[in-house]
Amino acid sequence: MLRLFGKKSSRQIARDRLKILLISDRMNCSPQMMELIKNDIAKVISKYMKIDTDSMEIEISNTSSKGKIVKHPTLYANIPILDMKNG
Amino acid sequence: MCEVIVVTSGKGGVGKTTTTANVGSGLAQAGAKVLLIDTDIGLRNLDVVMGLENRIVYNLVDVIEGNCRLKQALIRDKRYNNLFLLPCAQTKDKTSVNETQMRRLIEQVSDDFDYILLDSPAGIEQGFKNAIAGATRAFVVTTPEVSAIRDADRIVGLLEANEFTKIDLIINRIRYDLVKRGDMMTAEDVVDILSIPLIGVIPDDENVVIATNRGEPLVGSQTLAGRAYRNICYRVLGRQIPIETGKPVSFFSRLSGVFHKGKEESAC
Repeated sequence: MLRLFGKKSSRQIARDRLKILLISDRMNCSPQMMELIKNDIAKVISKYMKIDTDSMEIEISNTSSKGKIVKHPTLYANIPILDMKNG
Repeated sequence: MCEVIVVTSGKGGVGKTTTTANVGSGLAQAGAKVLLIDTDIGLRNLDVVMGLENRIVYNLVDVIEGNCRLKQALIRDKRYNNLFLLPCAQTKDKTSVNETQMRRLIEQVSDDFDYILLDSPAGIEQGFKNAIAGATRAFVVTTPEVSAIRDADRIVGLLEANEFTKIDLIINRIRYDLVKRGDMMTAEDVVDILSIPLIGVIPDDENVVIATNRGEPLVGSQTLAGRAYRNICYRVLGRQIPIETGKPVSFFSRLSGVFHKGKEESAC
């Protein structure tokens, strides 16, 4: 019923908080480390093509592409390519 | 073959001891030879939940230090003569026992029992390591709350790192009225997040408090929790019992439960 007013139930809030919490718990991975990983990925890809490093995003998720929660987290990288030719 | 099960949770106060007492008693009720070991050195409680606190002479640390023979430390249950308790020391601390000693102790008794249940302390320190050392299977107890589930996930990770292959989840103290209102995670939510097999859901039931006050496990009684614990025991014994995760009990079955309870009490 609360959903009619666009308000999340506390059950839903708990679920969402846990999902995020457990990813960082399982990974033992800090935001600083994520930034380092992102920079390294950008460096490697830039060798082969021109990418938009400002709007690239990486995230670790334990939700599969089908939306199901999976045990082992996956690293997703979203890297906009500016030019396929060597950068 | 003896199955050695550790009951653990990470977080304190979620119902490890109650679960150990009830599953142990339920298995004994079904005819199995069962030993309960309290490994919460310094903060023992299983003796009180079982109502056996006045019978303690020796304890786990006495056995390990060689102050008595193992058989001398075992306390026979009041109700089932095939159920025994090995209490732990109240005056020592968790570092007075190590993993090798625990493993050796369990090897010594495993031929005499069908099931050994180890009640683990809260936390992930030495006490937890001792509790899991001799076990081959684990029950992870949690409640449907963020903090308890987070700790349970950590425990599952540690159990997997210790090469446990049989890890089952028990969700304790679920309140179907809150679930219905959208103010408590459902059993499915918890299973989804922890992704380990579910072996039972125990509804929040005031009869657990009453039973603990009396020092008598309520497994098998016609109460919500008593039935849920009995079903876990059946599943441990290999029977296929569907898990009751959702619907609150209807008014009529609640009513008949009251009658059954009345009968049972007068029968006792």
